Amino acid sequence: MSAADPLLAVEHLTMRFGGLIAIDDLSFTAARGEITALIGPNGAGKTTVFNCATGFYKPSSGRLVLSHGGRPATDEIDVLTESGRRWGITPAGPVFLLERMPDHEVAARAKVARTFQNIRLFSGMTVLENLIVAQHNPLMLASGWTVLGLIGARRYATAERAAVERARYWLDQIGLGDRADDAAGELPYGAQRRLEIARAMCTEPQLLCLDEPAAGLNPRETARLTELLLSIRRAHSLSILLIEHDMSVVMEISDHVVVLDYGQKIADGSPDAVRNDPRVVAAYLGVEDREVDKVEAEIAE
Amino acid sequence: MAIVAAAERPAVASRLAAALRDAAGTALLALGLAVPILALRIDVNINNQPILRPRWDYVAIAVGLAFAARLAHLLVRPTLTARTARPQPAAPTAVRARLGQALSLVGIALLILYPLIVLELVGQAGAVKWIDNFGVQILIYVMLGWGLNIVVGLAGLLDLGYAAFYAVGAYSTALLSENLGFGFWLCLPLAGIFAALWGIMLGFPVLRLRGDYLAIVTLAFGEIIRLVLINWVPVTNGYAGISGIPRPSFFGLPFNASDEGFAAFFGFEFSPLHRTIFLFYVILALALLTNWVTLRLRRLPIGRAWEALREDEVACRSLGINTTSTKLTAFAIGAGFGGFAGSFFAARQGFISPESFTFMESAVVVAIVVLGGMGSQLGVAVAAVAMIGGTELLRELDWLKDVFGPDFDPTQYRMLLFGLAMVLVMLWKPRGLIGTRSPSIHLRERRAVKAGLVKEGHG
Ligand SMILES: Nc1ncnc2c1ncn2[C@@H]1O[C@H](COP(=O)(O)OP(=O)(O)O)[C@@H](O)[C@H]1O
Ligand SMILES: [Mg+2]
Repeated sequence: MSAADPLLAVEHLTMRFGGLIAIDDLSFTAARGEITALIGPNGAGKTTVFNCATGFYKPSSGRLVLSHGGRPATDEIDVLTESGRRWGITPAGPVFLLERMPDHEVAARAKVARTFQNIRLFSGMTVLENLIVAQHNPLMLASGWTVLGLIGARRYATAERAAVERARYWLDQIGLGDRADDAAGELPYGAQRRLEIARAMCTEPQLLCLDEPAAGLNPRETARLTELLLSIRRAHSLSILLIEHDMSVVMEISDHVVVLDYGQKIADGSPDAVRNDPRVVAAYLGVEDREVDKVEAEIAE
Repeated sequence: MAIVAAAERPAVASRLAAALRDAAGTALLALGLAVPILALRIDVNINNQPILRPRWDYVAIAVGLAFAARLAHLLVRPTLTARTARPQPAAPTAVRARLGQALSLVGIALLILYPLIVLELVGQAGAVKWIDNFGVQILIYVMLGWGLNIVVGLAGLLDLGYAAFYAVGAYSTALLSENLGFGFWLCLPLAGIFAALWGIMLGFPVLRLRGDYLAIVTLAFGEIIRLVLINWVPVTNGYAGISGIPRPSFFGLPFNASDEGFAAFFGFEFSPLHRTIFLFYVILALALLTNWVTLRLRRLPIGRAWEALREDEVACRSLGINTTSTKLTAFAIGAGFGGFAGSFFAARQGFISPESFTFMESAVVVAIVVLGGMGSQLGVAVAAVAMIGGTELLRELDWLKDVFGPDFDPTQYRMLLFGLAMVLVMLWKPRGLIGTRSPSIHLRERRAVKAGLVKEGHG
């Protein structure tokens, strides 16, 4: 367990949908500055974990503690939990109880950004506009909640220029520098995936949650994606929580892997340890891979 | 060689079809322009009675010319470019932007000169009709369309009760002036504020609703407001309505024949036309203000958030946008402009009753926004001109008697023709007259977003 300095600590998370228990008493941590992969077969509850961590679902029970700065003392978190507040300042830095916060607050205050399993771009807006919308909150502040912006204050113009600069930086990072003025819906699929990541990065997150970013990409695009993720993490002191089915991606870039099956954690450790864990092999990796091999062999015949 | 020719033939045919379609569109546009400008001429006969002289031949010639010119242009131009065989670089953005600016300045100048042009062309006798029935009436709907465009076109929230805010503005003005003696210029901002507050009040309960449900609840809201106006007799005087609403003054000068009046002050001979022209300028200013504010808001974070909301609400929330306040501001600002328009309407009529704020009113404004192309300011304005101007023109269908015989009652066919025209436009341009979206910001080149990519919102 690499929980020296957890950015996000998921504690006894349970999510029920009527009678269905999608997540069952799940606990794990995502360490600061690391890439934590969340893997498991379809329907294991991975996306549901994301939805709980980003405020889209309210968990049935459990606690999700996100700490900026450093690791807060356990009793400080308990005091905050008792107080009923959604976040608080500890000597180590601000601490957020994500399960209590509405989605937009998780993004704006706790600085958790996410992408979606099915791409959700603003397809009728241009690539540049997508990245500017992601900077809504600082721009809103600079526009004096619209009033200053309406009378054409210089402060807003400056802020908007800075926002365009940041957008331009991210466009270069994802290799779409020359498509800024195209509609996002016009981009090829792989570019849309990368744009969604860039848009999430424009909110300046501490934690980036990626839901199957390599799904539907060809090998070249996948290679480009892993490169992008590694370079982002290096340059932006970012932590990443990653759901991914492509095992080569998971094994290549993650520092720590958590395996879910039917809402329960069945393994948690380094990629190598997880890969060789007999339960994981049985539940997920081995069986599926072997079956795929078998089917492929049959087709070849 | 033969293969090439065979392959080319369908291409030529489809190009011809496309060109014909495009030219037909141009002809329709020309018709829309020619009818109000050319179709009718008012002369005065020996007994000083105005007589209407239809000039449909003029209209036919103008439309025919437009069709032919556009067709020729479309068929010749590709041949020319093919001959030079050099891809033409698109006009630089700066040049095109300046061209657009120049065009809109010319448009505004024409609008400002409109009353004078009308006076020059048809004289005092016919001017009231053209300035009031066409000018003022159309501009009220342009303003309503632009106001609703914020809610429906930008934020993608289908609001079928917009007439409620129009009513709130009108009744605020009527009641404030009746009970507190406020003048129009004080009532106007207050009416906008009240309507905006009502917009927020409607917004709260419908925040969680989407699509059809939102549409139905807003529709019900519009009806509730109207029923309250009808039944709260002690305050609103019910069906009988409120009369004697003060007319706008010109910096304190009333438009009457008295010695303190506008005409006396400036040494003009008194004419009721002065007020009509003044009202025209007031509503023109209000409409232009609406447009200016909307265009400005579109380039501000709030406007971009509205459009993002229309595109994908879940993504908005994942980016930290508070969708609740974003929706409420859309409702409030849209309603506020409706309130301004209502206040103006009350002052222009001098009399209001619940009959002016029926569902039909909301439906017409929604139709203007949808027909114009949701989100497009120009499209909404063109649609308002076509729909309201068209309805006014269709009042004058007496010429149909020449065609169908004297028993024919043309007024009954007004709505039929109107509906037919709308269906045709929606067939020809399913996303409205201007379905493309102009980006709010650009890095190198402003390119319109294709209509098919722009979402309609979820409600
Ligand atoms: N909003 C919801 N309502 C009901 N059931 C849900 C909902 N979201 C997810 N589930 C169920 O929870 C389980 C886990 O789903 P999900 O988290 O999407 O799995 P994964 O992302 O691992 O493939 C599935 O059985 C799914 O049907
Ligand atoms: Mg999933």
